[in-house]
Amino acid sequence: MTISAIGITKRFGDFVALDDVSLEVAGGELTALLGPSGSGKSTLLRVIAGLERADAGEVIISGEDATGRPARDRGVGFVFQHYAAFKHMTVRENVGFGLSIRHRPKTEIAHRVEELLHLVQLEGLAERYPSQLSGGQRQRMALARALAVEPKVLLLDEPFGALDARVRKELRAWLRRLHEEMHVTTVFVTHDQEEAMEVADRIVIMNAGRIEQIGPPRELYERPGNEFVMSFLGPVNKLGDVLVRPHDVELLLEPNGASTEALIDRITYLGFEVRVELELPNGRKLWAQTTRESAAPLEPGETVHVRPRAARTFDSDGAETHAAGDSPEMLPGSDSPWWDRRVTMEVHHG
Amino acid sequence: MRSGSSVPAAPGHGGSRAGRYSLRTIALAYLALILVLPVAMVFYRTFENGLQPVLQALTDPMTLHALYLTVLIAAITVPLNTVFGVFCALLLVRRAFPGKSFLSVLIDVPFAVSPVVVGLSLVLVYGRTGWLGGFLAENGIRVIFAWPSMVLATIFVSLPFVVREVVPVLQEIGVEQDQAAHTLGATPWQTFRRVTLPAIRAGVTYGVILTTARALGEFGAVSIVSGKIAGQTSTLTVHVEERFQQFDLVGAYTSSLVLAVIALVIVLGMTLLRPKEAGQ
Repeated sequence: MTISAIGITKRFGDFVALDDVSLEVAGGELTALLGPSGSGKSTLLRVIAGLERADAGEVIISGEDATGRPARDRGVGFVFQHYAAFKHMTVRENVGFGLSIRHRPKTEIAHRVEELLHLVQLEGLAERYPSQLSGGQRQRMALARALAVEPKVLLLDEPFGALDARVRKELRAWLRRLHEEMHVTTVFVTHDQEEAMEVADRIVIMNAGRIEQIGPPRELYERPGNEFVMSFLGPVNKLGDVLVRPHDVELLLEPNGASTEALIDRITYLGFEVRVELELPNGRKLWAQTTRESAAPLEPGETVHVRPRAARTFDSDGAETHAAGDSPEMLPGSDSPWWDRRVTMEVHHG
Repeated sequence: MRSGSSVPAAPGHGGSRAGRYSLRTIALAYLALILVLPVAMVFYRTFENGLQPVLQALTDPMTLHALYLTVLIAAITVPLNTVFGVFCALLLVRRAFPGKSFLSVLIDVPFAVSPVVVGLSLVLVYGRTGWLGGFLAENGIRVIFAWPSMVLATIFVSLPFVVREVVPVLQEIGVEQDQAAHTLGATPWQTFRRVTLPAIRAGVTYGVILTTARALGEFGAVSIVSGKIAGQTSTLTVHVEERFQQFDLVGAYTSSLVLAVIALVIVLGMTLLRPKEAGQ
């Protein structure tokens, strides 16, 4: 059950929400549309669902041209950020809605609803109304409702955006497991890079109505195609043209020939992670992400020696021109021996 | 709160005991003077001379015809204005089209224009010498001084109620539930019947109550277009006036009472019929 969006353009008045966007989603894949607000990710999802009509372009769902079809004939399941629960119906009626309007036999509906409630772990809540459920339960109900009609593709628009942080993390893991069980082609929209990296097989990064890069989470993180992708997927220090991830800033207590002196401005403890804010002799600021143990010998006001373990530069078109640990701003990297009293860096992201 | 103790009153319950009671007294006295007392007086005066004159007035053919006509007009007006009102509210909230704000203002015209003016304007259009009336009269359709004009007048004056009750509810519920229904395969009609209508039911119900009350109680516009022909074009309100001018006070009070009772029954009925709100 594949999705192809070909050359989609959508304008709202003067605002170009989607600018000639093309996207292929393979069957059974879990894809994240990731981007800042206004990047067009939700609009693209809604165009695929038929909730928004594109000004140009085609939508093909599992081989059939769906461009001119209304949402109800596209065979998509859609989950909204704010649940869109039918407030006057019980959980059972909500989940059974799609089958009931298709005039399926009552016993079949009852059976299928039971099955789905079990799947989304809402057994025993069938007679409740949406207002009697928590946000997480409502969203699981909405998902069961969308799955009831056996959609060809499942589309989720910021499904966890309205939930608190703890529930959001639970549901992410749950969605991932669910996807592994069901293998429905799924596209979900998020502005949270961590969520996208954790849940998706493949991430589509969008910005200003265009797709910036598509790839598996790890590949995008390790080989960002341009500055936007690199900055959006995680924190970066920008030193002139050079971009360095804070966890790639190595802190040394002694110079090793490849390092630059830096003054420690401030040290922030965030549990396991410690942030060290630094100032280079030329006045530029940067920060390093390190661990509690590694930061133990450091004090604000002291001098350390910093060295980028990896850095990237992109030219003005955004294409990468260099990827190494030898930026012009910092001294060229060298293979420091492990006994070089260096403060070890954990690759840790949070 | 606790009498005689020195415990200070909880915040939010502000003011002294005397202050609270005087507020209540003012509110109740106000309502008593302008609402309860006059209505109670109608009850009292109706039954002042026993049941016999009341029964006589009730079974009077003129009264019965007026009652029939009132119910007929309401029975045509309320469904029409309900359907039109819901349709207009949907249009105003969910569609963008040129002239939308004009339509919105137009719907409020009946609130702003005096019913007497409504009556006169209908006479101008549908009267024998009127713009449309001449054509209709040639085809044997009598509008003015007959029940069709009374229905028109009633529709006119009670037009905005359903629209104005439903618009805010529609704005509040948004379009996502409808869109969810679409993606689940519902046709526009199924979506309206099973999702939109239940969601706006409370607003529609209240709009229907107001429309009904207004349809039953309308006097100004109806009395002008009806010609007040007793036994033919006399509604209950017109009948009350006519009885009153004939010094048949029991007749006037009895008909008033009938009006009040019908209105009360409708309000109570709608309240009882209203589905229990989800989750309560």
